[in-house]
Amino acid sequence: MSSNMISINHTRTFRGGVHPDEQKALTENIPFEVMPIPRQIIIPLNQHLGKPAKAIIKKGSEVKTGEIIAEQDGFISSPIHSPVSGKVSKISSGANVAGFPKDAIIIETIESNEILLMPRLDPEKITPDEIRERIKMAGVVGQGGAAFPTYVKLSPPPDKKVDIIIINGCECEPYLTRDYRYMIERTDDLITGLRLIMKAVGVEKGAIGIEDNKPEAIQKLSEAVKNLPNISIEVLKTKYPQGAEKMLIKAVTGKEVPPGKLPFDVGAVIQNIGTTIAINDAIVKGEPQLTAALTVSGFGINQPKNLIVTVGTPLSDVLDYCGGVKDNAVKVIVGGPMMGVAQYDFSAPVMKATSGILVLTKDEINEHEETPCLRCGKCIDVCPLNLIPTKLARLSSLEKFEESEKLGITVCMECGTCTYTCPANLPLVQWIRFGKQRVLALQRERQTA
Amino acid sequence: METTTANPSYKLELTSSPHVHSRWSTKQAMWFVVIALIPALISVVILFGPYQLLIVLTSVVFCVGTEYLIKKLRKRKVTVMDGSAVITGLLLGLILPPNFSLSSTAIGAVFAIAIGKEVFGGLGYNIFNPALAGRAFLQAAFPVSITTWINPNYTVDTVSSATPLAAYKFDKVFTSIQPLFLGNVGGSLGETSALAILIGGIFLIAIGVVNYRIPLSMVLGMLVFSAIFWLIDPVKYPNPAFQLFAGGFLFGTFFMATDWVTSPITSRGMWIFGAGIAFLVVVIRIFGGLPEGVMYGILIMNSVVPIINRYTYPRIFGEAK
Repeated sequence: MSSNMISINHTRTFRGGVHPDEQKALTENIPFEVMPIPRQIIIPLNQHLGKPAKAIIKKGSEVKTGEIIAEQDGFISSPIHSPVSGKVSKISSGANVAGFPKDAIIIETIESNEILLMPRLDPEKITPDEIRERIKMAGVVGQGGAAFPTYVKLSPPPDKKVDIIIINGCECEPYLTRDYRYMIERTDDLITGLRLIMKAVGVEKGAIGIEDNKPEAIQKLSEAVKNLPNISIEVLKTKYPQGAEKMLIKAVTGKEVPPGKLPFDVGAVIQNIGTTIAINDAIVKGEPQLTAALTVSGFGINQPKNLIVTVGTPLSDVLDYCGGVKDNAVKVIVGGPMMGVAQYDFSAPVMKATSGILVLTKDEINEHEETPCLRCGKCIDVCPLNLIPTKLARLSSLEKFEESEKLGITVCMECGTCTYTCPANLPLVQWIRFGKQRVLALQRERQTA
Repeated sequence: METTTANPSYKLELTSSPHVHSRWSTKQAMWFVVIALIPALISVVILFGPYQLLIVLTSVVFCVGTEYLIKKLRKRKVTVMDGSAVITGLLLGLILPPNFSLSSTAIGAVFAIAIGKEVFGGLGYNIFNPALAGRAFLQAAFPVSITTWINPNYTVDTVSSATPLAAYKFDKVFTSIQPLFLGNVGGSLGETSALAILIGGIFLIAIGVVNYRIPLSMVLGMLVFSAIFWLIDPVKYPNPAFQLFAGGFLFGTFFMATDWVTSPITSRGMWIFGAGIAFLVVVIRIFGGLPEGVMYGILIMNSVVPIINRYTYPRIFGEAK
C-alpha cells in the first residue's frame, strides 16, 4: 500500500474524550487578515517555557523590526526579536495572558518598512544542524500552547530513536480555526516545514494528523503530498482532545506514551501546524517569529476573524479591531475554551504562542448548579488517560496527596474533559490541578532530601 | 474614539479552564429518568386500571415530602427540585403490588428517603438504592399484603392470581413469553410489562443517562446463568427467556441497578456488578425461599460497590498492560 493514500478509518482515535460544540463555523471560512501594527507593543521576556530571555536593549534604545532585543538565556530558552520598528519606552513588569504580571519590553512603534531578515536558506541543501540553529536563532517556539522552544524539541537525546514526525492538524479545541486556515492557505509551506523537521531529526516518515471535520484541508494536503510517498495524511475521528500529544500518537501509531515519558520515548516527535509554518518562514524566508496567527471568535465578539497579529499587540487592540466586545460577554479567554486562560486585563499582549482569543457569552458556557458527586462514572468514561477524576478531585480536596499520587494524579494533562462532562458540575480538573501541583512539589522535596 | 474594551459595561468571569460545559446536569438527568418511566406508568393504567396510580402518587408525595422535611429540619438546602426524590417515589410505587394499602405505601416511602437516603447524607452518599430499601422494609413489615396479587385486566387465565415466578416456584407452572412481554400477568405495578420497561430503558441508554454496561451485563448474565440450570434439567428449571422476562428483573435492570449513586463508577466494575446481580437473582429464584430475587440481588451488590470500585480501577494510559 502506498503510504500517501488517505487512510479514512474512523476508528483511528483514542479511548474516551468528548464532543463539545465545535463552533468552527464562526470563522472557518474567513481567510487570514493582517492586523495593522499597533502604536505600542508589549513584549514579555518569557514568551516560552523555560528561562526568560535576557533584554539586551535599554530604555530609549531604537530598535528595528527583526532586531534581537532579548537573547536566549540557557538551554531551554529562546531569543526575542523586535516585531516592530520603534523606541523602547520602558522595561517593566506588565500584564501577561498567563495571569501574572511579568517583565516586558514596551516599544512605541514608528512607521517603517525596514525589516532585518536573516539570510534565506535553501530547504533542499540545508543540513540538519543548520536547520536547528536557524530555528533557535529565529526564536521559534511551539504554538500548541506550552511554547516550548522548538529547537530543543528537535534535538532528541541520541539514545532515543525517533522514527516519525507527526504534525498536529487536529485543532480539537472548539472555536479555533487558525491551524485549519494555515492548512488551507499555506499548504505547500506546511509540507516544506514538515520536510525540514524530518531532515533536522533525521527521520524518514512524516504524518499529518487531521480530524475528519476538516475535509477541505484533508483534500488539499493529500493533493500536496501526492508525490511524497514518505508523508501520509492521517484522518482521525473528531473528538476532544484528539490533538493532545499522547492521544495523537496513539491514534496515528497505536503506541502509548508511558506516564512520565515523552513522545520520543515511543519514537515520535509532534509539531504544531503554526510551529511548522514558523519553521518554514525562518528558513525559507529568513523571518524570525514576529507575528502570531490567531482566531478571534465566540458569540461575544462583534466580528469573528482569523488574524495575523504582531507579537506584543495588546488584547484590547485585537478585540477592538474585531468590532469590540458585546455587552453580553461573560468571559474572555486566550487559547481554546477547554484549556485556555480567562483574562481580566486586556492590556496583556498577544504572545508568540497565542492561538486564539475567545469572547464567550453565557449561552455558550452552559453553567449548571453544582451538586454532590452522583458517582455516575462519566468522568472515568471520558478521561483519555484512564484516570479516576472524581476520586482524584476528592483526594485533592481532602489534601490526601500521597494517595492521589499512587492513583496517578501527575499523569493528568488537565484537558478538562472530566469537568466538561460532570453532570454534578464539579470542578474536577480544577481540584486535580491543585493536587497535582502539591504532589509535584512533594516529589521535588523528596528528590532534594 | 472610546474603545469598547477600555470602558467595559460587562463583568467577566475568571474561572480556570475548561470554560465550557456539556449540557449535562444532575437535574436534567433525573428528569429524563422520570420521562423514561412514563411507558411503565401507562402500562399500570392499561393493565391494572388508573386507580392504581394512587399508590404511585402516594409514594411520590411522601418521598418528596420526607426529603423536604428532613432538609428543613437539618437546615440544609432543599433539593427536592433535583428530581431524585420523585424518582425514588415513582420507583417504589411501581414495584409494589396492585391494591397495596396507601398507608403502608406512605410508610415505605418515608423509610426509603429517611433511612435509605438522608441518613447517609442525601443524594450521592447513599449506599443502597432508596426505593429498594423502602421495598425491603415493606417486605419485612407487611409480608402478606406485599405478596398478594391481582390479575391484570386482560388476563386470559383467570384461575391463578399468582405471579409467574410464584407459579413456577410453588406449582411448577411456566407462563409463556408473550403475556410476560406485554405484561398480562400478575406482578408488581410497573414490573409486568417488559415492553414498557424496554421502551423507557432503551431511551435512557440512547440519550446517555444510563450506560449500557450494567443492563447488558445483567441480561447476558441472566441468560448465561439460567441457561446453565436449564440445560442441566429443562423440566425442573425455567428457560432463560422466562427468567429474563418474569418478575422484576427487567425493571431492576434498567431502573434500579443503573442508579448512578449505588452502582460502580468503573467500566469493569459495572460489568461485574451486573453479572453479580444476575447470578444472585438466579440463585435466589432457584434455591431461595422466595420466588423473586431481584430486590435482594441488587441490594446485596449495592453493598459491595465500594470494593468493586477499588479493585477495578482502569489501567492508566501508557502503563504496561
